[in-house]
Amino acid sequence: MAIPIIYNIRSVKARYVSSFVAILAIAGVVSVFVAVLAMANGFRRTLMISGSPQNAIILRGGATSEIESSISLEQTKIIGDTAGIQRDKDGKALISPEVVGIQCFKLRSSGTDANVQIRGVSDNALKIRSQVKISRGRFFTPGLAELVVGSNAIKSYDGMDLNGKIKFGGEEWTIVGIMEAGGSSFDSEVWCDHNILRQTYKGNENSFQSVTVQLETPETFPAFKDAISLDPRLTVSVEQEIAYYEKRSEMVFTLIKVLGFLVAFVMGIGAIFGALNTMYSAISARSTEIATLRAIGFSERSILFSFILESLFLALLGGALGCIIIIPAHGQMASTINWQTFSHLNFSFAISTEILLSGMIFAFVMGFLGGLLPAWRASRMPVAVALRGL
Amino acid sequence: MNEIKENQTKSLIQVRNLSKTYKRGNEKIEVLKNLNLDINQGEFVSFMGPSGSGKTTLLNLLGGLDVPTSGSVRIGDAEITSLSGKQLTSWRARHVGFIFQLYNLIPVLTAFQNVELPLLLTKLSKQDRKKHVEAALSIVGLGNRMHHYPRQLSGGQEQRVAIARAIVSDPSFLLCDEPTGDLDRSSANEILDLLSRLIQEFSKTILMVTHDPIAAERSKKVLHLEKGVLIEAQNKD
Repeated sequence: MAIPIIYNIRSVKARYVSSFVAILAIAGVVSVFVAVLAMANGFRRTLMISGSPQNAIILRGGATSEIESSISLEQTKIIGDTAGIQRDKDGKALISPEVVGIQCFKLRSSGTDANVQIRGVSDNALKIRSQVKISRGRFFTPGLAELVVGSNAIKSYDGMDLNGKIKFGGEEWTIVGIMEAGGSSFDSEVWCDHNILRQTYKGNENSFQSVTVQLETPETFPAFKDAISLDPRLTVSVEQEIAYYEKRSEMVFTLIKVLGFLVAFVMGIGAIFGALNTMYSAISARSTEIATLRAIGFSERSILFSFILESLFLALLGGALGCIIIIPAHGQMASTINWQTFSHLNFSFAISTEILLSGMIFAFVMGFLGGLLPAWRASRMPVAVALRGL
Repeated sequence: MNEIKENQTKSLIQVRNLSKTYKRGNEKIEVLKNLNLDINQGEFVSFMGPSGSGKTTLLNLLGGLDVPTSGSVRIGDAEITSLSGKQLTSWRARHVGFIFQLYNLIPVLTAFQNVELPLLLTKLSKQDRKKHVEAALSIVGLGNRMHHYPRQLSGGQEQRVAIARAIVSDPSFLLCDEPTGDLDRSSANEILDLLSRLIQEFSKTILMVTHDPIAAERSKKVLHLEKGVLIEAQNKD
């Protein structure tokens, strides 16, 4: 039987000052690590929930985002006639040809400029995107310079108030409604009539940048895609909306993760040295105890295992503390530039069980690496010498 | 692994031409020189001598805590000098009980948990371990101090817990390194009484290193070491 774990737990308690320093170091790293993962997860989640599996988005062939895409009015009509698109009770195809633009507004928090995505949509937009609801006010009236502002955008930008007026593109716009989009990227957008927006940006009046359609069912997507792709009049690309937004999240998601891992890695090295130092001093102070255990008959392996376990116990406490410290950040808002649209995107930290588990695993890795060498040294201690307290 | 069998005709411990040399830089320090020794089952033997005479080194070699430079140590039927480190560890668990000058109790464990440690290396059930620990602590007179931590005990009580730990697994012999060296006379006498009782009632074999002539008086045989050589054997029979 191994050395009882109670020995290690009580030893950690007995040396509470140095144990606490190691626990704190691990907790710091774990909280940063979890925060970064939660940030990346929140960013991705915000974009992922923007898309629906029942919707398809059509861009110009070769375009990777709406900004660089262009779809003619004629192509829009051909798309609208394609089989597989959901129709409303009047038999009208649920399609929304859209125009996007970027407009600079001042952030309420810092007073600095930030880009906001302005989306010109058709009056079908709310039917197609069922997650978007008008929470206050009303939807814009087609043909008027009216805006519906996302719930995050209205909180973030100076001058954006319900029934207030803002100027851009040479127009004065009235904010007539606030939309709740379930935490998706639309919460960071401003919507208006696509025809008005196109005129504002002096775009080609027969051109849009994307067309979003609602399909009869998500399963009809392959047939719809084939029909669009095989039509010689269309030089467009079709993606399921959910896949489109997933791809758009990839770049920033990876960037946050890589930078976050880099920071956590560097901090992790520090925490490993913290654990190493704590364990080396613990072992140095307990050399007579270790030698006594060896004299009694506990094997080198038992000692090795026991001290690795002690280090893992420190890691468990540090990891748990780190997770507890960062859990209140769940749901807290953050914002970043979405490099696909060059506009500001609000998202919330999303801490999941998997992320907390990853944080704990990271803590255990630090504890294991920090404890391995001291534990090895403890197990190889010459018994007769250590018994003399040398 | 060879088992130790009680054999009155043959010594329990046979030491032949035992030498131990340490190296310090280029210098060789000969701590024990061709030492020969026989100790029978149930004997109480004291080793005396000035500091650096090799008493503790001899005890370490007999307890399998260190390996000799040359010579043989046979305990029962086991030639311990030929055992590997791993075999020696396992052999110590079954055959040797150690008692140290500074008790060497684990401060974060209670008296009960300290005494239980050697039993964790056996196949005894938790219930059986409890019975053995309670028996050992009651032999040393600390049945009512089982759940005290070492810091809550006096020096003499701590040493008695250490003795309980040494005898709980019923080892073949006990090695005591200055067991009364850190105690006042009264506590020292209690410990020596206890060791004598272990010989009389439980036929334990005890080897004790001491500087204290009064402690040595309690043993059946006193061996004097000087500069690594046994110079005198005083047998009280």
